[in-house]
Amino acid sequence: MKKALSLLLVGAMTLSLAACGNSSKDSAATDSSTTEESTTTEAADTESEGNGGAAFKIGGIGPITGGTAIYGTAVQNGIQIAVDEINAAGGINGYQIEYNFQDDEGDSEKAINAYNTLKDWGMQVLVGTVTSAPCIAVSEETHKDNMFQITPSGTAVECVQYDNAYRMCFSDPTQGTESAKYIGENGLATKVAVIYDSSDVYSTGIYEAFAAEAANQPFEIVSVEAFTADSKTDFSVQVQKSKEAGADLLFMPFYYTEASLVLAECNKQGYEPVFFGCDGMDGILGVENFDVSLAEGLTFLAPFVAKSDDEMVQNFVSKYEADYGETPNQFAADAYDSVYVVKAAIEAAGATPDMSVSDLCDAMVGAMPSVTYDGVTGKSITWTADGEPSKAPLVVQVVNGEYTEL
Amino acid sequence: MKTKTRNLSKTTRSNFITYGMVVAAYIIVEICLRAGVVSSLLEGLLVPLCMYVILAVSLNLTVGISGELSLGHAGFMCVGAFSSAIFSKCMETAIPVSGIRFFLAILIGTVFAAVFGILIGVPVLRLKGDYLAIVTLAFGEIIKNVVNVVYLGRDSQGFHISTKDTLSLGLEEGGEVIIKGPQGITGTPNDSTFLIGIILILVTLFIVINLINSRTGRAVMAIRDNRIAAESVGINVTKYKLLAFSVSAALAGTAGVLYAHNLSTLQAQPKNFGYNMSITILVFVVLGGIGNIRGSVIAAVVLTLLPELLRSLNDYRMLIYAVILIATMIFTSSPGGQHIQERIKQFFERRKTKEA
Repeated sequence: MKKALSLLLVGAMTLSLAACGNSSKDSAATDSSTTEESTTTEAADTESEGNGGAAFKIGGIGPITGGTAIYGTAVQNGIQIAVDEINAAGGINGYQIEYNFQDDEGDSEKAINAYNTLKDWGMQVLVGTVTSAPCIAVSEETHKDNMFQITPSGTAVECVQYDNAYRMCFSDPTQGTESAKYIGENGLATKVAVIYDSSDVYSTGIYEAFAAEAANQPFEIVSVEAFTADSKTDFSVQVQKSKEAGADLLFMPFYYTEASLVLAECNKQGYEPVFFGCDGMDGILGVENFDVSLAEGLTFLAPFVAKSDDEMVQNFVSKYEADYGETPNQFAADAYDSVYVVKAAIEAAGATPDMSVSDLCDAMVGAMPSVTYDGVTGKSITWTADGEPSKAPLVVQVVNGEYTEL
Repeated sequence: MKTKTRNLSKTTRSNFITYGMVVAAYIIVEICLRAGVVSSLLEGLLVPLCMYVILAVSLNLTVGISGELSLGHAGFMCVGAFSSAIFSKCMETAIPVSGIRFFLAILIGTVFAAVFGILIGVPVLRLKGDYLAIVTLAFGEIIKNVVNVVYLGRDSQGFHISTKDTLSLGLEEGGEVIIKGPQGITGTPNDSTFLIGIILILVTLFIVINLINSRTGRAVMAIRDNRIAAESVGINVTKYKLLAFSVSAALAGTAGVLYAHNLSTLQAQPKNFGYNMSITILVFVVLGGIGNIRGSVIAAVVLTLLPELLRSLNDYRMLIYAVILIATMIFTSSPGGQHIQERIKQFFERRKTKEA
């Protein structure tokens, strides 16, 4: 009996494997037939651009479950808004966009699975991935397949180490260096204390660049304290040490949830330095049960402010609020821009959906140097060959409980 | 003579079915690969599948055969992964042939994990049941956290190590950072292949199955079933327990090597080397049947494939996965479920007798 059962299971397994294989084969076959069709129809009448059959297939990868789900969901929504807008306005070069977003749970291994799923679906351009480590793993695969990749929020340097990969956000070192320069040039402080999350790539990357640049600036770092993902609820020790070191500025390169706790702890201990943060601070005024007055005077660098008067930002923010009932953060904004950058690159390259993934990538990479993009996270952004965007960070300060651009 | 082979063949035949299953799976997948009918998703999952099978089989040795509940299996995997990744990264230029380098990496990962298995086993195996589970759980977390604070760099002066940050390594110009604290190791060569994975599964099965059916295995099981009785007939309890535990740890290390060389980034996160992972492996073992090696293989494959095949359900994916898991557990292990199983069996048997 047992044997029969195990045989049955083996049979079921092989069947399921075969089923996977078959379905992919079918889809591949239909894919090639549709592309053939589209080329023939195009050859037949070249005037009509908007033929319905072909479409650019854009894939997205990010965590929509697990601890970093908040970032992945924001990116998923941001891309969706951009795709809807573009499709409503007639698509790219007259072709519509198809969009598919897969969950990677913030894990490198799952990210590869998500990438392969999207490949089976027929993805031609990848907007992702959201977090750094999975992004590095996936960029290895896109490099192998020569697929165009733009990450909205993968900040680690290695995310864009290959020619086919571009980035929409600032890299970690850029933020650290810019922060140190800003503090030095504006004479905000002479003694600086740093608290950072040593278990986080983002935070560590910024801190390291900050410390390196600090050597060239007219202030000194008097105290460096770390915390980890496992111990991010109590900051009394770190704040105490910063206070004892006599620092007049506290640099906080981490996300707003922890920052709200640090600010509350400083208030409790009667410690009032200048608070300085990075783009992760965006959203601090929305933290539940947080006394907003504590954040008064907090200064941070950000690519995007939802309260900006800019028309594009207003349009994006109102759409996002209408669709998802919350104010978009920088992840959503970067994702939204990423899709438009893909559009700009495809238009500059004059590419069509019937091109192979590799040809499309080559054409888009070739066109990227000529792309200058105005979006919600910056104006006249250009890209260098190494995939880094050139955009100036905005300096934002909390004044009277509102984000204000300085 | 004839009766002798028949007597022998009961366990042997069962073992050959297990080996045959793996080989058959390999041949089928390989044919599909050649024919180009395998989806990219499945192609990408082949090496992880091998890895999970090895992990499940090796944990079954501790949980099923030795009867100790270990929740630190991911910790040993982590040791194997990091030690081998450091080796591969340092030797990438020195040994350009990937086959030889990977073979050495497997040996190093396995040996390191075994050494840790012995180190942990000596004090820990004095404990039993829940206490052992808690200590092994703590061990797994310690390994993960230690790896997360280590910074290791290399330049012409040799290795530099620090627990603070990359700046305090004091590397010279041209030195490279190998472990970058919580950011782990990036740029490990992708040496893992499906063939190597299958060979490692076969080696694992060979070791575990032969261990179980040997004098040693019988001693280990005797200790599991009745420790006092085993001691009274002169079985060295500490020795056999430690042996089973460290072999299990070593094999987990091998799986770690496969993991580290399958992706180009290696980070010790709660997700991959934390207790979540240990629990996941335990689920494979429990669902496949404690002490049942073939069951572990099948459960590992099915439970790894399932969430990926459910991707079309989008947001409900993990929910459905959990529901299926609970349903399977109830069906296989609860009295009610077993009753249903019995009735299904009876139904089939009645039909058989009717046909006859």
